[in-house]
Amino acid sequence: MTLTHSLTKRARAPQAAHPAAPPKRSRGAWARRAPLLPALIFMIVVTQLPFVGTVTISFMRWNALDPNNKAFAGLQNYKDAVTDPQLRSSLLTTVSLTATVVLVSLILGLGLALLLDRRFRGRGLVRTMLITPFLVVPVASALLWKHALYNATYGLINGSLTWLWSVFGSDNAPQPDWLSSIPLMSVETSLIWQWTPFMMLILLAGLQSRPMDAVEAARVDGATTWQIFRYLTFPHLRRYLELASLLGTIYVVQNFDAVFTLTGGGLGTANLPYTVYETFYQGHDYGQASAEGVIVVLSSLLVGSFALRTVSSLLREETR
Amino acid sequence: MATSIATPGSLTARSRRGALGLLAWLCGIMFFLPVAWMVLTSLHSEPDAATNPPSIGASLTLQGYRQFFGASTGVSPWPPLINSFSASLMSTLLVLVLSIPAAYALSIKPVRKWSDAMFFFLSTKMLPAVAGLLPVYLIAKNTGLLDNIGLLVILYTSMNLPIAVWMMRSFLSEVPVEILEAASIDGAGLPTVLTRIVAPVVAPGIAATSLICFIFSWNELLFARVLTGVVAGTAPVFLTGFVTSQGLFLAKVCAAAVCISLPVLIAGFAAQDKLVQGLSLGAVK
Repeated sequence: MTLTHSLTKRARAPQAAHPAAPPKRSRGAWARRAPLLPALIFMIVVTQLPFVGTVTISFMRWNALDPNNKAFAGLQNYKDAVTDPQLRSSLLTTVSLTATVVLVSLILGLGLALLLDRRFRGRGLVRTMLITPFLVVPVASALLWKHALYNATYGLINGSLTWLWSVFGSDNAPQPDWLSSIPLMSVETSLIWQWTPFMMLILLAGLQSRPMDAVEAARVDGATTWQIFRYLTFPHLRRYLELASLLGTIYVVQNFDAVFTLTGGGLGTANLPYTVYETFYQGHDYGQASAEGVIVVLSSLLVGSFALRTVSSLLREETR
Repeated sequence: MATSIATPGSLTARSRRGALGLLAWLCGIMFFLPVAWMVLTSLHSEPDAATNPPSIGASLTLQGYRQFFGASTGVSPWPPLINSFSASLMSTLLVLVLSIPAAYALSIKPVRKWSDAMFFFLSTKMLPAVAGLLPVYLIAKNTGLLDNIGLLVILYTSMNLPIAVWMMRSFLSEVPVEILEAASIDGAGLPTVLTRIVAPVVAPGIAATSLICFIFSWNELLFARVLTGVVAGTAPVFLTGFVTSQGLFLAKVCAAAVCISLPVLIAGFAAQDKLVQGLSLGAVK
């Protein structure tokens, strides 16, 4: 109810301005802009103003455990941050974690989408089973992987190994401690499990929107399945692949839940969001955490502005 | 469909088709297995849940669920569940109220430089939320907003608003402008135009937007963890509290994980196509 009401109220202004000729905008321009302003102002206040705060604090010496020793620190926090090996390693971790998760789930997602694009018995059920991992609350799935699957003494993986070995009459099955022997790969595996359905859903939608008459025509002309994939399906899917990988990157780069839950950032799995969180929440070093935050933002702007252009051109192509 | 490729009758084509169907089934089961294991474990007793090799056939019990509902600790899961629900619901409503007019100004009667505005909205999604966390924390602390649902509502709204604006714009730009103009020339009032022409096109978009905003808010952990405490703690924060350093906890953690994921699972299963629209910011319909 509130929704329709506010839509009616806000939409009236541009409607009234409508008779004005498009090139001349004076009073009409503001009437047109009016519906946009609440959202725009909200976003600026909630996301941009705090960042001004972050920049300010980043030039201060400020540790919450020592509140009286608060002063201007110049670039000291940045010096500390840049020379901090932990921040550098978390930068690398973020890059490799994101790249691995996005790439592997994209490839798996493509394979699954191709499988699901064919008709077979129980396709709807298989599709539902495949998207389930994405619908489990991320913290819950991280806890599930940590305690029910990876746990060295009673996790399902080692349990299955024991069972499998006993089938062949052996009672010394390997029982690796997954989270401490391959920590980063363990985090990545759980995230790939979670994000593959996302990739699959977008790619499947792409596959199903492909013009089938062209495919039929190619088939009649004697094209092989591979040729059809290479020259018809893949070019059509390219946009969907780019969209899926860019959106996946936006979400995975900020991952906090899996790193926080599975390893607590230990054993070289701390990514940037986790490192900033730790400096702030455990180290209470507000100045340092802010400097790290600024560095994180600047580096994501660098990558982001490129990704953004691609994403927005992709989406614009689609909508206009 | 792809199956019509091979000449339907031939034996090799049919067996290949069967093999690929089987492969799809295997993949589906592999991906589903951890979730099935979570549900099964949640129905086992704590000792049965922590055996090696796993006790698949152990007798079923609701003990884990009783623990989740506070059988031994007396801690009820309802306050955090209600907190999560109200934070997600209120922020979803606020997102809709803000994003629909904005999307209108960016599509049907686009303002000048509308693409810059779109670009700005999306760029806020690229910025790591963690970078703004400290100032938000300090402001909240000084204004007494710490441990308050209202703060989460505002933050979740800012987290989802860009997605919603993109989605709603993509749906609104499908509204046929010529028909809008024709209707207004014919003297149709704005309410008529909105209910007869705009609403039918936009309603699925509103549903998809709400679904995705609700899910993202329901799942959020970082802000909730840093900015809430005893009063406003949400379900994901509550869930992390089930892991204890002593004693067995696997069955009750699984029971809690099932309960907390249930709303999202039901909503997602019921609206699979909406999920795709939402995840792709409305680009895939």
